Amino acid sequence: MSGQTLTEKILSRASGKPVTQGDVIEASVDIVAFHDLTGYHVIEVMEKAGMVKVFDQGKIVVAFDHLAPPPDIRSAEIQGNIRKFVKDVKIPNFHDINVGILHELLVEKYAQPGQVIVAADSHTTTSGALGAFAQGMGASDIAAAAITGKTWLVAPSSFKVTLEGKPAKWISGKDVALKLLGDFKAEYFNGKSIEVEVKDPSSFPMDYRATASNMGIEMNADALMFIPDSETVRYVKQMRGYEPKLVTPDNDAKYEDNYTIELDKMEPLVAAPYSVDNVKTVSEVQGTPVDQVYIGSCTNGRLSDFEVAAKIMKGKKVKSRCIAIPASYEMFKEALEKGYINTLFEAGCIITYGTCGPCLGGHFGVAGPGEVIVSTSSRNFRGRMGSNESKTYLSGPAVAAASAVEGKISSPGDVM
Amino acid sequence: MVEGQAMKFGDKIDTDIIIPARYLKYTDPKYLAEHAMEPLDPEFHKKASKGVILVAGKVFGMGSSREQAAMALKAAGVKAVVAESFARIFYRNAINNGLPVITVPNVTKEINEGDMVTVNVETGEVKVNGKVLKGKGITGMALEILNTGSLIDYLKRVSVKSTN
Repeated sequence: MSGQTLTEKILSRASGKPVTQGDVIEASVDIVAFHDLTGYHVIEVMEKAGMVKVFDQGKIVVAFDHLAPPPDIRSAEIQGNIRKFVKDVKIPNFHDINVGILHELLVEKYAQPGQVIVAADSHTTTSGALGAFAQGMGASDIAAAAITGKTWLVAPSSFKVTLEGKPAKWISGKDVALKLLGDFKAEYFNGKSIEVEVKDPSSFPMDYRATASNMGIEMNADALMFIPDSETVRYVKQMRGYEPKLVTPDNDAKYEDNYTIELDKMEPLVAAPYSVDNVKTVSEVQGTPVDQVYIGSCTNGRLSDFEVAAKIMKGKKVKSRCIAIPASYEMFKEALEKGYINTLFEAGCIITYGTCGPCLGGHFGVAGPGEVIVSTSSRNFRGRMGSNESKTYLSGPAVAAASAVEGKISSPGDVM
Repeated sequence: MVEGQAMKFGDKIDTDIIIPARYLKYTDPKYLAEHAMEPLDPEFHKKASKGVILVAGKVFGMGSSREQAAMALKAAGVKAVVAESFARIFYRNAINNGLPVITVPNVTKEINEGDMVTVNVETGEVKVNGKVLKGKGITGMALEILNTGSLIDYLKRVSVKSTN
């Protein structure tokens, strides 16, 4: 018998028996999480089931982000109801509106290599950056997992992606996500788990990994995990002060297929409306007038995103509206200390932190009819950011910042 | 066995189309039904109210985890969704809310808008225009949840069993 992939290894441990592709398993979960917009629904399900209790308070994580700060009375009411639940059930890992976006907090504070993480939000795949098998689920499934500590899964097949070389200039995690979406399209990875090996771990830092894992759900993958390596150790040590135990695939693990991306040969990519897999090079769409740029979200609200945006905007003024939202208190603080926030502010950006806001047409920049948005967030579906007649182009932070400076879709090289 | 006229959609119908985010602050089925599929067809709920079978292409329900997507379709009158493939989260949400979901390869080529369609939820057989299409039915624990009506009711039942 050949060795196990990372997916098989994690699911075998979680279900207590050897797992192969297609097995329907009951897995123990290490973390169950929800936010405000899905959290009230999770609690409603628990109430209807007459089981307002959790299997282990310490393993539940709650963060307010989608409606933070509340844009209307109902949102405030939703948050109030969840605060009461958190207090009644005694959940210590609760993050109110001043801390950050759930997926970012899971990466910064909670996720560990080898864990099974489920949360009531599709972008839970983000924790795959640390080598956790992390899946989004609906409110009922998350309520069941929170009550019982278990969930049922169909074990996916494992597909290996290898990243080679150092990223070309302006290339980051988003471009790798868009490359996979463009090359394979949105359906291909349905029922598969993507395991990414980085040949030179330091060339592809945790920020980039989180972005790529985040968009695993756009590929319809069951999980997108980076195989833990020295970068995983460096990150956890820096953010949390200890070394994580690494869980890695066996050397003779069998993968359904392999795919290699040469990072040094890439050019910046965008996803044009209205599909995440409608991927083009920037040169194919450059010059398109842009009304609003959004730099942030659980996809691209991290320090390196603000670093590159500040590099591009330094000493310039934005020509289109630009909203910049670091994903958490930590990210905002670091961006502030390094001067990135000041640079973006002086360039004319509107800045806050810790909210999903414009990503889902929530608040802080809802798109109007006919408007064109360049966004570093995860989705450009019709009506995602507001009006059904608005259009969203997805890009990495470099293209977004360059487009804000020029007021039209632009290549970062053109503004430097 | 469920029966109804087909309403047909293409590939990659995402959850922002099925129920836009601005309606997610409520879980009232009637409210959700009125906004189902709104970006593509604001009249959808009126057309679906007589009881229809939704026919769609690849990765139906891709995107968000919002359970209201399955709730909205069911409340609008959708009796089953027959698609070439489903996004994982939507598929689970549908089962957990008592909405049958059947995977049938190439189904968009075989069924036209308005065709009368009969779906056997367990075997996955879909009858249309005198033909029988072979799909993937719902079995095992998923079928138990579906037949119980919802995951909530299933949980209640399991919980009662385990305390007896």
